[in-house]
Amino acid sequence: MNESICLLEAVNLALARALEDDPEVILFGEDIGHNGGVFRATDGLAKRFGAHRVVDTPLAENMIAGTAVGMASQGLRPVVEIQFMGFIFPALEQLISHAARLHHRTRGRLSCPMVLRAPYGGGIHAPEHHSESTEALLAHIPGLRVLIPSSPARAYGMLLGAIRCDDPVIFLEPKRIYRASKTLVEDSGAALPIDRCFTLREGAALSLISYGAMIPECLAAADNLAERGIDCEVIDVASLNPIDYDTLLASVSKTGRAVIVHEAPGKGGVGADISAVLNEQLWGQMRAPVMRVTGLDTVMPYYRNEQHYLPGVSDILDAVDKSLEAGRNEILQATGSG
Amino acid sequence: MRETVFKTEIGLTHYLSADGEPLGELPGWSHEPEPLTGYYRWMVLARQFDQKAVALQRTGQLGTYASSLGAEAIDVVTGHLMTPEDILVPYYRDHILQMIRGTPMCDLLLYWGGDERGNASPGMGRDLPNAVPIATQTLHAAGVAAALKYRHQPHATVCLCGDGATSKGDFAEALNLAGVWHLPLVMIVNNNQWAISVPRHLQCAAPTLAQKAIAAGVPAEQVDGNDPIALHEVVEYALQRARAGKGPTLIEALSYRLSDHTTADDASRYRGPDQLKEAWRKEPLRRLRQYLVNLGYWDESRERQCLDEAQQQVQRAVEEYLSTPPEPVESMFQYLYAEMPDQLRDQIEMARVRGGGDL
Ligand SMILES: Cc1ncc(C[n+]2csc(CCOP(=O)(O)OP(=O)(O)O)c2C)c(N)n1
Ligand SMILES: [Mg+2]
Repeated sequence: MNESICLLEAVNLALARALEDDPEVILFGEDIGHNGGVFRATDGLAKRFGAHRVVDTPLAENMIAGTAVGMASQGLRPVVEIQFMGFIFPALEQLISHAARLHHRTRGRLSCPMVLRAPYGGGIHAPEHHSESTEALLAHIPGLRVLIPSSPARAYGMLLGAIRCDDPVIFLEPKRIYRASKTLVEDSGAALPIDRCFTLREGAALSLISYGAMIPECLAAADNLAERGIDCEVIDVASLNPIDYDTLLASVSKTGRAVIVHEAPGKGGVGADISAVLNEQLWGQMRAPVMRVTGLDTVMPYYRNEQHYLPGVSDILDAVDKSLEAGRNEILQATGSG
Repeated sequence: MRETVFKTEIGLTHYLSADGEPLGELPGWSHEPEPLTGYYRWMVLARQFDQKAVALQRTGQLGTYASSLGAEAIDVVTGHLMTPEDILVPYYRDHILQMIRGTPMCDLLLYWGGDERGNASPGMGRDLPNAVPIATQTLHAAGVAAALKYRHQPHATVCLCGDGATSKGDFAEALNLAGVWHLPLVMIVNNNQWAISVPRHLQCAAPTLAQKAIAAGVPAEQVDGNDPIALHEVVEYALQRARAGKGPTLIEALSYRLSDHTTADDASRYRGPDQLKEAWRKEPLRRLRQYLVNLGYWDESRERQCLDEAQQQVQRAVEEYLSTPPEPVESMFQYLYAEMPDQLRDQIEMARVRGGGDL
């Protein structure tokens, strides 16, 4: 079955496929059953697979995460939903102290093959606490895998990969682009790798490195730059822990320039981590300092001012120009002194 | 040998039938025109405000909004019985209570319109802003009550939450502490039978939510949340207890969410029209109006006048709200710390440029 679907529908399709293929997969969370989830990610699944496999829970995120750990310890594959990333915090103790460590501290005797899905990010005029991007908190935790898809096909393939993976996976869905565009997704049941970057566009001038809802912004920026004859490479990091540094290093050693883009605050962010590694590994090959375009180091504003917080295409273009400029100056200096 | 070591019961207080007829003997005060006609006027205003807020959202002039339809009696009665010195710890469905406490309608609209200044309303005094993460406020309320007790202040803390909120650990933890520390806390659960799409029976297997307090050694009462006379009696009793140092009380107010969960929800996906129709038959405004009409305290012309005044009041607030310019961008940084760190200053310009704004 081939269909043009949006990212949200791709999540639904992957969940249906996983439920179909593996009787050990069970979905639970708040409002995911009869209502199909507040964004409709699980629409129709309770009806199709039964209320014993797609289960509405009482309202309690710590309970959701903790029981997922327990089920997973017995070999089930719970795929749980936290309604918004802003409500993940009650679940952190279970995720950090147990999910992330179960395999490690039992030296492999038990494992924790659970997936915790949550929509995240701003730009949809949502209430307070509904628009944050706190993925760095989770990516900081050894033992958790943190994935963020940025297209329908990657959402489908990465979610299947996450469900089949024997580790605990946090699967964050950029809700701003849930319905942004439709593409053909083949319901092949094939998983995508969950520890690889995806190179979305090749180019030699500069590497644009991003993930989630900032990917469409980066692609738009790259289109704009192409019109000026500047070919950027656009890379979707996709897995924030572990990060596929091989792909990133290969790209940046080719271009010598990197601009990292995310909507989470810059402070302590995933971009800082990537920037540090590029600096450590490619010192001497860089033609410009690594630039970051990020959300600001403050609380995500309630929606009336959120557009002043979120990075956009013009911010990306500014950073790219600065990077190209810096390179140029150095080349001039180099030729001048040589 | 086995002996009973503990037994309990939960009482349900109600005075009026769905049609506003007395179910038995009524408290003396309820035969007077006040406070009940006052309650009724506020409930009318509440409903006008709510209708307007939903209309603003539908026309793109307000963000996602949680309707108070069906919660009017709980909020109006509680708001009137609280003193200015009592502290309110509300949840996101308590606009009317906030209004009665002194928050102008315009500030409430600002809040739901995506503007933090709504939480800065001077009318809020030392009340907490509503808590969006469910049940978290129940613990704040325990802390507020502990502060009152620590300072020997004879006031009550009033906290509200929904039926769904009672499933979170926070709720049990707050009640537990309130019991152990004997806190001046009135915890009101607005049991409107739904937590978004999850019905009451999937939230908890116990026949009442009130009994959760019993496990914490906290007295608990059920009350008909559509019955202003019953609410007045039960809430007043709990407030007096708290102020007199007699400890916490849990009140489970039985109501029904007559609206969608929020404007982002479509309740027809998960609940049928029959239940809703039945709930409308029991709703609080009609009930109190019938009662007041039967006593001769209310009639058509008063109703019309009350409605007109409410509409005008709401309209004025809407105009004020719509003509309030957005908050300057530096406010994103100004209040993050007591004093703004220099490191943040550099980002103000960045924020100005973003979004193409020139604020
Ligand atoms: C910790 C947390 N989890 C999930 C949500 C999303 N959410 C908002 S309201 C709601 C249902 C609350 O139901 P209830 O407590 O009964 O209050 P009601 O809205 O019915 O008045 C949910 C799940 C949230 N705001 N906070
Ligand atoms: Mg409820």
